[in-house]
Amino acid sequence: MTSLAITVLGHDRPGIIAETTARLADLGLNLEDSSMTRLRGHFAMTLVCAGPAEPSDVEAALSGLTSDGTLSISVLAVPEEPAVASTGTPWLLTVHGADRPGIVSSVVAEVAAVGGNITDLTTRLTGDLYVLVAELDLPSDVDVAALDAAIDDVAARLGVGATLRRAEADDL
Amino acid sequence: MNPLHVDLGVTGSVLDVVRAPAGVLSTPSPPVDPTAPEVVQLAADLVATMRVSPGCVGLAAPQVGVAAQVFCVDVSAHPKTRTSHGTFVLCNAEVVEASRNERAREGCMSVPDLTGDVKRATRLVVRGRVPLTGAEVTVTTDAFEARALQHEIDHCAGLLFLDRVAGAHALHQRQTYL
Repeated sequence: MTSLAITVLGHDRPGIIAETTARLADLGLNLEDSSMTRLRGHFAMTLVCAGPAEPSDVEAALSGLTSDGTLSISVLAVPEEPAVASTGTPWLLTVHGADRPGIVSSVVAEVAAVGGNITDLTTRLTGDLYVLVAELDLPSDVDVAALDAAIDDVAARLGVGATLRRAEADDL
Repeated sequence: MNPLHVDLGVTGSVLDVVRAPAGVLSTPSPPVDPTAPEVVQLAADLVATMRVSPGCVGLAAPQVGVAAQVFCVDVSAHPKTRTSHGTFVLCNAEVVEASRNERAREGCMSVPDLTGDVKRATRLVVRGRVPLTGAEVTVTTDAFEARALQHEIDHCAGLLFLDRVAGAHALHQRQTYL
């Protein structure tokens, strides 16, 4: 089954989510996973929907939102991804320090080098402070102490600090 | 008299609060001699700076640019407080026991534009030394005072709440409302 990946990006104003989701509901689309936030003041929505509509139908239905030129929308058919249980362990990585180019790329390269998968990542720039928080799945055979040392090394060269911690989930 | 509360005998000065990414905030601070005159003065300065800072319930030496294991706390006016020991200063403090973790959103004067969801123990025993007398004290507390103590002890270890946020979406831009 095909899903639809929809992005809505642009100038924030009240009602974007209400209008978008109402039109998707009118098309019989079921809104599944989504992320809706503001990135440096820009509204940024990414969502995956399931339902009978074609991408062209969705683009037409959402065209009214783009009429003033402050929002851009994309609709893409994507195959359904099977849920895959991770065989690794969950970790949290925090990096913060003075902003400079290359912090994210340098640090995540160390994660990729050991086969780690970043499952969620956010960054914030506030004043001169840059903060990255990432959730990682690390393969069970990864030497976490060595990865931690490698990340610390890269962070030191960038003049930032890094903390790698095991992610905890409290099952109640 | 409770050995936790001492008259420092000096007048504190209000110091500038440094903000991340200042290096002093990310570097572990050394322990101090709690009886040293400069530490007693620092303790008074921290209290004075906390007092004039709206909403401030604790301040650690690295936040005023001084690498030293000294902090002050006063959560007595905070609505989330259960146990409160009033205003006090601790040097070289360490967590002895911590249990009953709870997640809550916290901020920091040194990271003024962000808040984060952080899991902290709500039952806490902390041991440290009191400035001037150097007396060793054990503080047993809970709820918001426990959170404040862990936050300040983290500062002395070169850690910010950013290092403890509970997930990629546990970091929040602080909203300002006119």
